[in-house]
Amino acid sequence: MAGPQLGGAAVMAVDELDTLILALRADGYRVVGPTIRDGTIVHADLERSSDLPQGWTDEQGPGTYRARSVDGDAQFSYAVGPSSPKEELFPPRQRLWTATSDGDASFQVVEEVRETPRIAFLGLRGCELAAIAIQDRVFLRGSYQDEVYAANRSDTLLIAVECGSPGGTCFCASMGTGPRVDDGADLILTELLDGDPRFLVRVGSDTGAALLERLTHREASAADLDAREQVVTAAAAMMGRTLDTDGLHDLLLDNLDHPRWDTVADRCLACTNCTLVCPTCFCSTIEDTTDLRGEKAYRDRRWDSCFGLEFSHATPASVRTSTKARYRQWMTHKLATWIDQFGTSGCVGCGRCITWCPVGIDITEEAAAIRRASDPTPADLPVPPTGAR
Amino acid sequence: MHDGIGRPTVAVWKFASCDGCQLSLLSAEDELLRIAEEVHIAYFLEATREVVEGPYDLSLVEGSITTPDDAERIRHVRDISTTLITIGACATAGGIQALRNFGDLDAFRSLVYARPEVVASLADSTAIAEHVPVDLELRGCPIETDQLVEVISAVLAGRKPVTPTHSVCVECKLRGNVCVAVADGTPCLGPVTQAGCGARCPAFARGCYGCFGPTESPNPASLSAWLEEQFGVDHPELLRLYRTFNADAPAFRSESRRHEEVAP
Ligand code: SF4
Ligand code: SF4
Ligand code: SF4
Ligand code: SF4
Repeated sequence: MAGPQLGGAAVMAVDELDTLILALRADGYRVVGPTIRDGTIVHADLERSSDLPQGWTDEQGPGTYRARSVDGDAQFSYAVGPSSPKEELFPPRQRLWTATSDGDASFQVVEEVRETPRIAFLGLRGCELAAIAIQDRVFLRGSYQDEVYAANRSDTLLIAVECGSPGGTCFCASMGTGPRVDDGADLILTELLDGDPRFLVRVGSDTGAALLERLTHREASAADLDAREQVVTAAAAMMGRTLDTDGLHDLLLDNLDHPRWDTVADRCLACTNCTLVCPTCFCSTIEDTTDLRGEKAYRDRRWDSCFGLEFSHATPASVRTSTKARYRQWMTHKLATWIDQFGTSGCVGCGRCITWCPVGIDITEEAAAIRRASDPTPADLPVPPTGAR
Repeated sequence: MHDGIGRPTVAVWKFASCDGCQLSLLSAEDELLRIAEEVHIAYFLEATREVVEGPYDLSLVEGSITTPDDAERIRHVRDISTTLITIGACATAGGIQALRNFGDLDAFRSLVYARPEVVASLADSTAIAEHVPVDLELRGCPIETDQLVEVISAVLAGRKPVTPTHSVCVECKLRGNVCVAVADGTPCLGPVTQAGCGARCPAFARGCYGCFGPTESPNPASLSAWLEEQFGVDHPELLRLYRTFNADAPAFRSESRRHEEVAP
């Protein structure tokens, strides 16, 4: 039978996930998706569907994450963990080139050979697809194309699984990036747990259609489509957080001297975690080193963050010396100036920055506090930690 | 100052310390051999009795200043060194022996020594930079061999060394550690501690002990408030968290003092 084409919908049994992973691996893809490690759901290379965190869920709040085992058949019953596709597409460290000297004054620069890995991402949520689209815009659609990102992104396959279990720090519904996924992936799966556990599979590209052909499936019924509707509608109602984006750009930029920035700076550790776990943050720094003999020089690039002092170093000193200036840079970039720069918000509402902040600073709460009062009363300001600066 | 075949001369000095930083250089055999090819190790008593007279191009200084004699000796070392780099928490922040700065030296001295009056000792254990200008401070208890090799390579090449001053958290994220504070509720000093160790403790599911000292912009008061609120860490325990190898580094010192005031 000819399977569904672009835009079509089918249903497959849960076991077919294994067939899917094996088929992708047979095609030479690394299959990158969720697994459980160190009590946390992180991304790793999957070999079989048994590597998925079946029977696991998570509880997330500001500054806290716990994975917990649960009964039931669900394979994807959790919100996003600390990993994101950024780790593969824009890796934490990349060597750019090596220079070799022959002892005299001459030297040769050897650029790194860029591999173009085949990566199939399995289990991407709406927020993560949106984050990839944002990084595509940053790295590929400007006047300058980032060759590291371009190489890693050139042969990727995106398999989404719509989210049925948002966490305590999620707010994708506010940002319009999820839980519903209608495009942006090669295949879009929805885990249906009513009756017989099964996956609704929608086709988002010709590659996806060809892949579905290799899986045992049947045509989706109206009842299947209905069940999917219920999953995403329920998920949208379960968001742990909300962010009112109405006029947010101007609100933040008109309130650069709001006292709330001081309050949050008293709590903020300038530790960089929020930016490094954020799936859209794209900043990096260059490290130039040489070997002991002085025969080789290396240029490496690694993730950087606007929370670092060096980040704003402009001769003779750093521009953003206070944590207040750095927190304000981060939040106004994510929610306001990103729009001026790239045409969309820099935030997809994944909640990672809230969960993985070691002191639980919440971007939605900070934005709400500034909205609550352009002329704040003391009641709007949280009590700063004892003895804070 | 270069030796006969043009290699820069290096001296390694010891003040009040456990020798652990010198040992981390000695135990890194491969690196040490490579270093010895590029520089002339002219004074390193822990490794060899052979001594070449100064002055020296580069001095590596381990240990803190705890006696009047050492306070004199470090001035001499500075005078005969073109570049002076301190290695480790003792030289950079006074070390674990700076715990005495929080107590009464005379009381300690009469408890420990049979004839305390013959022991010449300063009231405080202090960092080298409090006595002489220092060109670079290498953190850690002990130092990380990779960082030392990087700094020596940089000095040889006449470039800036790559020794970032941001938090340990950056290193956690770069190596893909799961955060033990968030995912396990383990108190971790990583957010207020300078990088350099490669986030070794969190990689083994332990909280960071702060052995590299405070970051460029530390905010221990906020971290303490969170540990107290969320994990129930009390004031005596918070005091102990900050009062270890870098107890006298200013940001950790003032924070532990704060918990002293509120502790019963
Ligand atoms: S700012 Fe926070 S919630 Fe928004 S995309 Fe980044 S990590 Fe996710
Ligand atoms: S928020 Fe900071 S780290 Fe993230 S992209 Fe903007 S400037 Fe870079
Ligand atoms: S907001 Fe939180 S995660 Fe971000 S730098 Fe501040 S303390 Fe660290
Ligand atoms: S484990 Fe510690 S050092 Fe690592 S990210 Fe968490 S708080 Fe920071």
